[in-house]
Amino acid sequence: MSAKLERLCRQLKEIFGDRIGEPLLAFGELTVAIPVANYFEAMRQLRDDPAFRFEQLMDLSGIDYSEFTGYQGKRFAAVSQLLSITHNWRLRVKVFAEDDEFPVVPSVMDIWNSANWYEREAFDLFGIHFEGHVDLRRILTDYGFVGHPFRKDFPISGYVEMRYDPEQKRVIYQPVTIEPREVTPRIVREDTYAKGNGRG
Amino acid sequence: MQKATAVADVKNYTLNFGPQHPAAHGVLRLVLELDGEVIVRADPHIGLLHRGTEKLAETRTWLQTLPYLDRLDYTSMIPSEHAYCLAVERLLGVDVPIRAQYIRVMVDELARIKNHLLSIGTHALDIGAMTMVLYTFREREDLFDVLEALTGIRMHGAYYRPGGVYRDLPDRMPKYTENKFKNAQTVKELNEARNGSLLDFLEDFTNRFPGYLDEYHTLLTDNRIWKQRTVGIGVITPERALQKGFSGAMLRGSGIEWDLRKKQPYEVYDRMDFDIPVGVNGDCYDRYLVRMEEMFQANRIIKQCIEWLRDDSAKGAGPVITDDHKVAPPSRAKMKGSMEELIHHFKLFSEGMHVPAGEAYAAIEHPKGEMGVWAVSDGANKPYRIKLHTAGIPHLAGVDELVRGHMLADATAVIGTIDLVLGDVDR
Repeated sequence: MSAKLERLCRQLKEIFGDRIGEPLLAFGELTVAIPVANYFEAMRQLRDDPAFRFEQLMDLSGIDYSEFTGYQGKRFAAVSQLLSITHNWRLRVKVFAEDDEFPVVPSVMDIWNSANWYEREAFDLFGIHFEGHVDLRRILTDYGFVGHPFRKDFPISGYVEMRYDPEQKRVIYQPVTIEPREVTPRIVREDTYAKGNGRG
Repeated sequence: MQKATAVADVKNYTLNFGPQHPAAHGVLRLVLELDGEVIVRADPHIGLLHRGTEKLAETRTWLQTLPYLDRLDYTSMIPSEHAYCLAVERLLGVDVPIRAQYIRVMVDELARIKNHLLSIGTHALDIGAMTMVLYTFREREDLFDVLEALTGIRMHGAYYRPGGVYRDLPDRMPKYTENKFKNAQTVKELNEARNGSLLDFLEDFTNRFPGYLDEYHTLLTDNRIWKQRTVGIGVITPERALQKGFSGAMLRGSGIEWDLRKKQPYEVYDRMDFDIPVGVNGDCYDRYLVRMEEMFQANRIIKQCIEWLRDDSAKGAGPVITDDHKVAPPSRAKMKGSMEELIHHFKLFSEGMHVPAGEAYAAIEHPKGEMGVWAVSDGANKPYRIKLHTAGIPHLAGVDELVRGHMLADATAVIGTIDLVLGDVDR
């Protein structure tokens, strides 16, 4: 598998040159970042060029890097997992949105129709706007939902809860009454932790 | 004259299919725009079962996240854990013992049979063949018994662990006991296959199962009504299926021979002897045939696994989980005897394992199609981001294209053929 991926890596460098970022081969998978300006055309070429033939967009998702340990850079990215049936290889493509306040990236819906719902989901959950998407509605959250719940600054318990009000005889929204509870804190250990002297 | 004007006045109207509709396979709201009885546009509204699994995973340790995966596709639970475990294992760089790999393959194939039984049974139920579901649920019950003996619970097993499986196969099957509803004779008959180990029970099942498959073929394959409802319905060309991101039986039904078990083998699938069925026309009927054949092939794989596992047991079974105690707990006996093992155990279940920084996308051939888990770690004891790609999403997104121009009644046939489970779509 990895010999194949090295070939793909070489072809990416030869054909795209500096239009895309440096391909990264890690854990037996290939990742490449593409600048927003070249994103759409590069994606089209990835599908059509016989050297790549990525016929399928298996997945596209948003990610919010704002709390990633040791990370400095753009906050939002849209990440696609491409699959080529012809060559039997996979590629992960990242595109970072320029503006952290109003993240916009081009839509690839015209290249792969399957992007339709994936992009709606990334818009719904992360607030990433996909330019050129014809039907960018919310998809998973409730009708009339406010905010983008998968952003790191959105609390796990949310802001509003729903209950039936017997007086008004209808379902109402009210501010949440539960507090998030953290059983195990999130810990990142330094590299030298528990290495060497045989202690646990 | 008056009558003619009335006809001319009829315009397109919209119809809500669901959210509570028995043929919607869960809480799906399908907004159909109809011209008479012909569907002009279908707009599925999903998210009514959205539980935010991916966000929850960010607040749980890597191990605590695992049981959530069972709750995605609640008709074939354990394969979802498989994709997650593969992703975590790839990041950790741990090896899975060979016995655990065989067990995983066997359990995955059990789930495939279980999934297709439900899928075909309810599909037939939706479009008018009531009997089918009674037969398929009879066989599913045997498989649930297997899962119960194996994992301790009928449905949400939480059986796989990064680095292996939680425990080895049990030596005996639980038996029925006499009560006021079951007399001694009935209990004896019911327990006939349960006198040996789990593998014996399963072997008995795999011997019986092809006979059951024949029964289903008799009921449906040449059934005139079934064919009228499925042949030529929901046709999708191979090109469009690729465009739409279809996978699994939805892709193979259109004639594309693509199966991750063969093309990108994981675990011990490369040692298994099985075939990939493909369809020709890409309609509901072909996909039904593909699923039927897949069950037969899964049965073959299970037989091969049983043979190997029995052989291995005779030789003194190998381990079923890695001995890297940063990932998997040490045995109870060891833990009681050694301070270091006790520390490992305590650290693993209080703080949890730390997964090296990086990202991995692991995909498996889930009964419904490609199930992928994209795991991103920044080195913490909790995932930074988990993205669950389930096969149901692109399939449901494709419903609009599949039902356009068909009659209203065909919408149920199409929803049945995409093997829809909303837990899987909404996550």
